[in-house]
Amino acid sequence: MPARLVIEGDSAHIEGSLTFPDVRRVLAEFERALAVRTGSTLEVDLSGLTRIDSGGAALLDEVTERGRGRNVRVAYTGACDEVAEIRRIFSSGAGARVAERERAGLLQRCGVWGYHTWAGFLEFLQLTADTFYWSFAGLVSKRGGRKGAFVTQALLIGVDALPVVLTISFLVGAILALQSAAQLRQFGANIFVADLIAVSMAREMGPLMTAIILAGRSGSAIASEIATMTVTEEIDALKTMGINPVRYIVVPKFYAISLCMPLLSILATLVGILGGLIVAFLYLDLTPAVYTREAIEILTAKDIVTGLVKSVAFAGLICTIGAHYGFRVQGGAEGVGRTTTASVVAAIFAVVVADCFFSLIFYF
Amino acid sequence: MDKPHPIAEVQSLSAGFGGRSVLEDINLDIHEGEILVVLGKSGCGKSTLLKHMVGLLKPSAGSVRLFGIDIFAADEPEMVEVLKKVGVLFQYGALLNSLYVHENVAIPLEQHTDVPPSVIRRLVEAKLGLVRLTGTGHLLPSELSGGMRKRAALARALALDPDILFADEPSAGLDPMTTAHQDDLLLELREDLGMTMVVVTHELASIHRIADRIAFLEDKKILFLGTVSDAKGCGVEIVEEFFRMGTFA
Ligand SMILES: Nc1ncnc2c1ncn2[C@@H]1O[C@H](COP(=O)(O)OP(=O)(O)OP(=O)(O)O)[C@@H](O)[C@H]1O
Ligand SMILES: [Mg+2]
Repeated sequence: MPARLVIEGDSAHIEGSLTFPDVRRVLAEFERALAVRTGSTLEVDLSGLTRIDSGGAALLDEVTERGRGRNVRVAYTGACDEVAEIRRIFSSGAGARVAERERAGLLQRCGVWGYHTWAGFLEFLQLTADTFYWSFAGLVSKRGGRKGAFVTQALLIGVDALPVVLTISFLVGAILALQSAAQLRQFGANIFVADLIAVSMAREMGPLMTAIILAGRSGSAIASEIATMTVTEEIDALKTMGINPVRYIVVPKFYAISLCMPLLSILATLVGILGGLIVAFLYLDLTPAVYTREAIEILTAKDIVTGLVKSVAFAGLICTIGAHYGFRVQGGAEGVGRTTTASVVAAIFAVVVADCFFSLIFYF
Repeated sequence: MDKPHPIAEVQSLSAGFGGRSVLEDINLDIHEGEILVVLGKSGCGKSTLLKHMVGLLKPSAGSVRLFGIDIFAADEPEMVEVLKKVGVLFQYGALLNSLYVHENVAIPLEQHTDVPPSVIRRLVEAKLGLVRLTGTGHLLPSELSGGMRKRAALARALALDPDILFADEPSAGLDPMTTAHQDDLLLELREDLGMTMVVVTHELASIHRIADRIAFLEDKKILFLGTVSDAKGCGVEIVEEFFRMGTFA
């Protein structure tokens, strides 16, 4: 039987069983009764209660508390042993409130943010130094590394990324050619499309597009793998086994990405030039032979070398940034998601800034 | 109280993972208000049995009835009704990491009742108090110790005052005093709310305190089912050894 609340003057009684489904209704009834009185006592007879659960117990405590707010003393009487016992077990006490988390002021938050950013930057430098140290040490001695890790990582980072890198570079080459074709045709400068595509792919688009794709693909994988290992204490386990996590986990990835990135960006450049060739052939009436000769002539060794230098640098950035965010993860599973997202944003940002920097150094 | 059906029935249940059989022809009746302790060596399938009993895993043969309803034949709304009366404590807690502890405990209350928020806050605090976690509601699960996580998960399992509680190693990782307190809590809940419990535990002290009956799993089968005192003289070598040696590794 659902609970029934009867209020007569200064006394009330509840009958039936007071459980979760009754809570909202009975609380509203109490609330109405409390609203019309101040500074008095409400005596509630519980002898008619046959059953109560934690919901009911919390309700009775809540009524006491709300009564206090209106200067009404609510007294419960006549509860049978069972009901009293359950009320005791589930008593939430007076003013039971979940403690609030401390809210920081604006200034404090700025300070904390600044401090964390600075500390993070120092950690990043430390990690970069460690990674370099251990990758050179790893060339000399194989101790502390993981057998076969390099090959697995190279397959994962390089070979598996091949289809998407090639498709995107092909399209980028074709798009560049299409956009410039319309302009060049007006001046009868059709042949220069080959120069344009070859130079921009080799110097910029090849390495940059590859880096952005790998930042999204492999950078995120590195960050989430290391972050997961951190929150599940796997990193701690490695440390207590006397294994350096940077040497064991980061360095194989560093080798793999540093090798794969230049190779991928060379392929990306070639495929991009091919994309331009097809557009030039279809739109600008250039024969493949003419286009190819022009492209080869315009490219200098410097273009190729700067492209390669850039792509190796991008590889290092992506790997260390991914690892850095992975090690810095806070919280549990949800932290892994957050840190992975942050790492991809940071890696792409860093790649573009570095690219800008290289252009300044190499060409001005 | 007399009930026509046991509150939970496992009927000739067989189960396994991808062809590897873990449980074979398990039969088990659990009566209202009893505490059944499931025992057995590590890896023998206790957690697997529990997961089948709450419908998380489908058996290869056999059936499970909770409150008289065959849970593998039940449709979604029926199953939800059953699950509202069931509390489950997972071996690794399974708190939602992205939510604060008090939000974790409040999930079932918010989803399955229309209790107003002020009363929910009270209930959450009361349930956290039961497991001695008063004042930790504002923390994230990742900010708790292993044992605290386990207890917070127990508070969540108890949120709706379930009729039956399945608890996978509720006292793993707890000190003897906290374990004793938790056992008292389970006994109290059984006494006052008539809660039925299926508990997996290896703690001998715990078993002595709470078990009405024990089910001893070994080699895919229930090797022994009965009271603790019967178990000690049951004549089954491995069961007697368990009580002599304490805990299996
Ligand atoms: N998801 C899974 N996939 C495949 N096999 C599993 C899976 N979960 C458990 N097993 C296997 O089922 C068997 C029983 O596992 P279960 O987790 O039920 O053991 P347990 O009795 O609870 O052990 P413990 O006391 O260590 O918790 C084990 O041999 C395990 O390898
Ligand atoms: Mg288990």
